[in-house]
Amino acid sequence: MSTTTPILEVRDLRATIAGKEILKGFSLTVRAGEVHAIMGPNGSGKSTFTHIMAGNPAFTVTGGQALYKGKDLLQMSADVRAKEGIFLGFQYPVELPGVKTAQFLRTAINAIRTYKGQPEIEFKAFNQLLKEKSKLVEMHQAMINRSVNEGFSGGEKKRNEVLQMAMLEPLLTLLDEPDSGLDIDSLKIVANGVNQLRKPENAIILVTHYQRLLNYITPDSVHVLIDGRIVKSGGRELALELEAKGYEEFKKAAAPA
Amino acid sequence: MTTTPKEFLNKDYKWGFSTDVEADVAPKGLNEEIVRFISHKKQEPEWMLEWRLRAFRHWLTLKHEEPEWANVRYNHIDYQDMVYYAAPKKPGDGPKSLEEVNPEVLEAFNKLGIPLEEQKRLAGIAVDAVFDSVSVATTYKETLEKHGIIFCSFSEAVQKHPDLVKKYMGSVVPYSDNFFAALNSAVFSDGSFAYIPKGVRCPVELMTYFRINQADTGQFERTLIVAEEGAYVSYLEGCTAPTRKKHQLHAAVVELVALDKAEIKYSTLQNWYPGDVEGNGGVYNFVTKRGKAMANAKISWTQVETGSAITWKYPSVILQGDNAVGEFYSVALVNNRQQADTGTKMIHIGKNTRSTIVSKGISAGRGNQTYRGLVRVMPGAENARNYTQCDSLLIGEKCGAHTVPYIEVRNPTAQVEHEASTSKISDDQLFYVMQRGIAAEDAKFMIINGFCREIFKELPLEFAVEATQLLKVSLEGAVG
Repeated sequence: MSTTTPILEVRDLRATIAGKEILKGFSLTVRAGEVHAIMGPNGSGKSTFTHIMAGNPAFTVTGGQALYKGKDLLQMSADVRAKEGIFLGFQYPVELPGVKTAQFLRTAINAIRTYKGQPEIEFKAFNQLLKEKSKLVEMHQAMINRSVNEGFSGGEKKRNEVLQMAMLEPLLTLLDEPDSGLDIDSLKIVANGVNQLRKPENAIILVTHYQRLLNYITPDSVHVLIDGRIVKSGGRELALELEAKGYEEFKKAAAPA
Repeated sequence: MTTTPKEFLNKDYKWGFSTDVEADVAPKGLNEEIVRFISHKKQEPEWMLEWRLRAFRHWLTLKHEEPEWANVRYNHIDYQDMVYYAAPKKPGDGPKSLEEVNPEVLEAFNKLGIPLEEQKRLAGIAVDAVFDSVSVATTYKETLEKHGIIFCSFSEAVQKHPDLVKKYMGSVVPYSDNFFAALNSAVFSDGSFAYIPKGVRCPVELMTYFRINQADTGQFERTLIVAEEGAYVSYLEGCTAPTRKKHQLHAAVVELVALDKAEIKYSTLQNWYPGDVEGNGGVYNFVTKRGKAMANAKISWTQVETGSAITWKYPSVILQGDNAVGEFYSVALVNNRQQADTGTKMIHIGKNTRSTIVSKGISAGRGNQTYRGLVRVMPGAENARNYTQCDSLLIGEKCGAHTVPYIEVRNPTAQVEHEASTSKISDDQLFYVMQRGIAAEDAKFMIINGFCREIFKELPLEFAVEATQLLKVSLEGAVG
């Protein structure tokens, strides 16, 4: 496994938003079949990292590099990254008034297919796929017939993100706090959906505050992010240690001498 | 292949071709002789000429004073430097069948996607095709006749159904209504006439397709639709014009009469030539459209306005009878140097009358647009209801959007609501859509299309598809 090209290789990444440095030398390697959890306090740069990987132009990369399947990720526009198989599950999914969920997803799938030189998905096949995948996250037809995320509850929005992930079958999924604002039932639905999409050939990066999510999605690696840098990496047990001790100890360790 | 700058600038307006047909053209200028010339050309009865002359004399009293309250800017129109009548030449006194229609004209309509030949005609839509000043063909005539429905050119109606024309022409928009209505009443050359008898539900959509071809020609058509008690009709109107360097005037009048329990649904795709990016050329679209709804009747206007250099129109409903319903659904788009001052008037006279106004304005480039709407509740209109929603979407930094609602309520039981919003495509929305694999321009278009959805769903299916395309073409370059 380790001899193949990693899906994602981030080296010493630095990035700013509105002149403020958020990532200060971030490094991470993700290989096929792996699930990584990134944990850290508010403002440590977790969301920033996922948005930069997905190509959000609001952030400026000032140093370091990111290779995706060995290619320079930072040169690609957001839509090309998605076409190449990167999916970001948003912490705050955006509402698109008047854009029906089904139409949105069909347009997305066809854009990706066209990019790959494949024919567009047939109407019937698409509907079949959508029906099948909605069961995964217990999304009702009534919700799919509505405009994307419009009037959805917090939990429904998060489920809709996992539905989109299931439909687009990404190679690398970044989930930005998929557990925030969820009750325990919704959390189980979201986690169950993600687990079913876990495959030997793809990879998932989870960003979360709480170890609770990791009771349902078991990660291969856990990273502690403090002030724009990963200060400690370990296995599943690191999350439990964090839960017991809090971030304070790690912050002290990360503080410059 | 090389493209000249002019072709390049105009490449987005694919309807900009012109057709080389020999035409019967009146000399330039406007005077009583021209009015008589038009009436004579059309072999009109005396009463029609008299009506035109009354309108013309009234227009003269207005002393070229065009309405100035609209939020649009243009140079003074020289009414003497314009042609008021142009008709494609044909053998005999007018086409009795398609074989007699000039093949060049048929080809022009083919190119526009409106085939008129029997074997190619649009399924489920009867079309009256108007080329410059005259109606050249009407399809599905026999089917309609079976139901007693009259659908023909206005000229034919004047000849064959004078009683109906006399009774209803000017009953909703009198020639004294406004400057452009007076001008139209004097010189109108053709248009469409539809009559749906009592209790008949028109089995096909009726459509008029207007095409300006001749240069320096004003187009002044009149449409009159009468739905008798309990009748129903869905009417579509489409318009395009060639790319011309000079401005062209289009001043139409549309009158709708919905008698008790009747329903008229009127949909417009207005795509007149908008001018080039610098505002050269383009159609001045100064139109008066109004309907009168009697007891329990319903009139619904849906318009998608993407063309014209200047649009000035307010499709309105006079809610005359008790329980009458009026609706206005509009998408207006301005790009480059286009200007639009458009909206509606809902005049509540009867009891329990209801009206709904949903207006979506999109401004791009240096385009400027104003929603202007009047809701008037008369003293006798007990329990009248109005709901108005006005949304504006701005694309870029140099465009403008304005909302000017007028609300006049003279009955204390009335309920009038007005909601308005102005927005831009947010960076968050754009990133979200692009993150799913959709390229920037398509992503923006998807969001804009979503903004218009409420209106598009009111259109008949074929028109909805066309409207989406039109929006896309009209916005090319603006959302890059």
